[in-house]
Amino acid sequence: MSETKLQAKIPEGPLSEKWTRYKSTVKVVSPANKRKLDIIVVGTGLAGASAAATLGELGYNVKVFCISDSPRRAHSISAQGGINAAKNYRNDNDSVYRLFYDTIKGGDYRAREANVYRLTEVSNMIIDKCVAQGVPFARDYAGWLDNRSFGGAQVSRTFYARGQTGQQLLLGAYASMNAQIAAGTVKSYNRREMLDVVLIDGKAKGIIVRNLETGKIERYGAHAVVIATGGYGNAYFLSTNAMNCNASAIIQCYRKGAWFANPCYVQIHPTCIPVHGEQQSKLTLMSESLRNDGRIWVPKKLEDVEKLRKKQIKASQIPEEDRDYYLERRYPAFGNLVPRDVASRAAKERCDAGFGVNETGLAVYLDFADAIKRLGIDVVRERYGNLFQMYEKIVDVNPYEEPMMIFPAIHYTMGGTWVDYELQTTIPGLYAIGEANFSDHGGNRLGASALMQGLADGYYVLPYTIGAYLSHEIQTPKTDTNHPAFQEAEDAVKDNIKKILAIKGSQPVDILHKKLYHILWEYVGMARNEEGLKKALGMIEDLKKEFWSDVLVPGTNEEFNQELEKALRFVDYLETAKLMALDALNRRESCGGHFREESQTPEGETLRDDANFMYVAAWEYMGEDQDPVLHKEPLVYEEVKLETRNYKD
Amino acid sequence: MKFTLKVWRQKNAKAKGRFETYRIDGISPDTSFLEMLDILNNNLIREGKEPIAFDHDCREGICGICSLYINGRPHGPDDEITTCQLHCRKFKDGDVITVEPWRSAAFPVVKDLVVDRNAFDKILQAGGFISTTGIAPDANLIQIPKADAEEAMDASACIGCGACVAACKNGSAMLFVAARVSALAKLPQGRPEAARRAKAMVAKMDELGFGACSNTGACEAECPKGVSIAHIARLNREFLLAKIQD
Repeated sequence: MSETKLQAKIPEGPLSEKWTRYKSTVKVVSPANKRKLDIIVVGTGLAGASAAATLGELGYNVKVFCISDSPRRAHSISAQGGINAAKNYRNDNDSVYRLFYDTIKGGDYRAREANVYRLTEVSNMIIDKCVAQGVPFARDYAGWLDNRSFGGAQVSRTFYARGQTGQQLLLGAYASMNAQIAAGTVKSYNRREMLDVVLIDGKAKGIIVRNLETGKIERYGAHAVVIATGGYGNAYFLSTNAMNCNASAIIQCYRKGAWFANPCYVQIHPTCIPVHGEQQSKLTLMSESLRNDGRIWVPKKLEDVEKLRKKQIKASQIPEEDRDYYLERRYPAFGNLVPRDVASRAAKERCDAGFGVNETGLAVYLDFADAIKRLGIDVVRERYGNLFQMYEKIVDVNPYEEPMMIFPAIHYTMGGTWVDYELQTTIPGLYAIGEANFSDHGGNRLGASALMQGLADGYYVLPYTIGAYLSHEIQTPKTDTNHPAFQEAEDAVKDNIKKILAIKGSQPVDILHKKLYHILWEYVGMARNEEGLKKALGMIEDLKKEFWSDVLVPGTNEEFNQELEKALRFVDYLETAKLMALDALNRRESCGGHFREESQTPEGETLRDDANFMYVAAWEYMGEDQDPVLHKEPLVYEEVKLETRNYKD
Repeated sequence: MKFTLKVWRQKNAKAKGRFETYRIDGISPDTSFLEMLDILNNNLIREGKEPIAFDHDCREGICGICSLYINGRPHGPDDEITTCQLHCRKFKDGDVITVEPWRSAAFPVVKDLVVDRNAFDKILQAGGFISTTGIAPDANLIQIPKADAEEAMDASACIGCGACVAACKNGSAMLFVAARVSALAKLPQGRPEAARRAKAMVAKMDELGFGACSNTGACEAECPKGVSIAHIARLNREFLLAKIQD
């Protein structure tokens, strides 16, 4: 197999000069030519909206697509805690290098150095931009911007807007996009779901979408296509992702030749509201920012656990000496602010040992009693009020009086479409940005870095790098959507829909999706092993057969049909699930969120195998019933010395 | 728990709608209202009937897409929440629950409980932004008094769900428009365009068929994010100021 496609195109020179050098040599497109070039952006979260707005400001013709009734619904809106930047406003010795180093270390040395350095370099400009847009970041009493701390960092570099940072940043990006819509450079298509990418002579030239209101299959052409459709966490059915988040766009690109990188890197967030029962449809995150002031514990005594489960006592009645603040005990240097993968596994370890609370035994406490004593209830309310309110509405327990109950849940996917330094996929003219790509977080993403990456890609990286490709396309006329390639793609999409509607089996999609959840959570979840992964692959195959013989999708294509939407997405989740299990099976080491039970230290920490797995695993699609082929992009660390992650001292 | 549900069914924007009655049993009090609808839908599918279309996404009260009018109240019988945060424990076992879409001329029904709120996007496109250039000055260049930033944040908490319009007897979008105008007007960055913004957004709101505000405060009472009608007073000030300057 040729490895030539996996050229990461990392610029020469010292790490801190790579981006500067790249920018000074990359071609730019003149304003007169930008007007002639069309760009499709799929997705309107932080990455998509910021890219669409910026490309529009630059003068390109942008078409932006979203599956909701409005671009503002994109799931970035749900991000709570904050956004990192290396401003060092606190004078606590933060720097671009320190943010870079923390990100590489937090990712367990599986991210690309050059991408991460660039990300941290542009982080400061993002904050400047957002303030200019009117994002109401939290401020101190003198009116300066405030910060808080997040996991995996020993400085305060996280900017925030109460517990609604994602909402405020997205409203900023969406407003900038609206300004461009008003100016006529961006055209917005709502309630449209991408169902295929169209290639002409090997280049991405457009997309096929389904109009979700009418069912009409539509064609759109462009000079380049940008995918900003987020991650694939919803393959698990229960996750903190919104119900409409899906993996379909990136899987369609994968089927058309865009290789998929590191699918096994999935982030399981430690602080989510526990599952209440079989009728649950999704899980709710409680922001990592809560770990600034909340302390995580379980009882030390099993008899207390028993009494709690039987509701004979309340958590607040357990005396201090009978509580096990296990994160503070195991990781004194970082305490409750260890990275997410570490905190999640530690919770699992205590629950597996029988100390989990809640009726299910699958929960730990996040306690604010000390914070309320130290800061007063008003300060706690000001910092976390909306999160406390959300918790009380869902669980019906007042977290100002009793500790919250939390448990890990699927939250974010570090893996995604493989991209080079320019964020271009293995298909020329096809780009992937934000959570949809794989490039910046390695094996584990630090808190408050998803917002940073989405906006970095959209505001400050893609608008520069896309010029390298489009500067060669200035003579290319507008894409003709009557080209046979569009007809072929449209026919395939219509056939697929017809096939699904014709099955008329006995199981609604939700029922099948819940089956996939049990397979993935059990065998491709927080701890994985060879036997389980092989078993999962077989079960996924069987489930696929079950779908194609027994799914029941009511209605027709030519109408608003939410069950059909779910069915089409589920087909792609099956592909995602297979990729995750295959990749997890191949990676016989533990790193970040990927924990192979066969590879751990005596203390139960992740044990990497740098000699054999210091690479990005990129998977190439080979056809419906064949296994994909693995390609390896070696990770070369020029700047950072490889170490074992240590959050103890 | 068991419930009797009276649900508005409407094939598409042009079709005539009607209420259909459904019964559901075996629901846990900890199940959310939308999860109950999921279960009902799966029952309907198995019976060969058409499931009920409803908009939903984040299911944690922030995306603003869910939009049901439940027992005569937008987002149902609880304060400061969206429908997706409503849980069955808020009802009594055996309750009859009526579920309707938002009713407003500016929000046409797409299907069943799904409405088209594109008018909100159009109002924001008319001026609900601060124009920026590519590179901005340092974020800490100017101090912004904490109280101003907090007030801007209060207004900016609006999730664009449309409950204010659905609650208003006139179908007015004043609270939605005011929240955005006020959020930006409170910040120094928003001042240069404040007059143009207020005029353009109000003009667009009128053009799109939203009703007039008669200050009943129904919008504030039903707003899931507690956005205050004090912002409407600010919008009126900004609007008058802009008109005087003309």
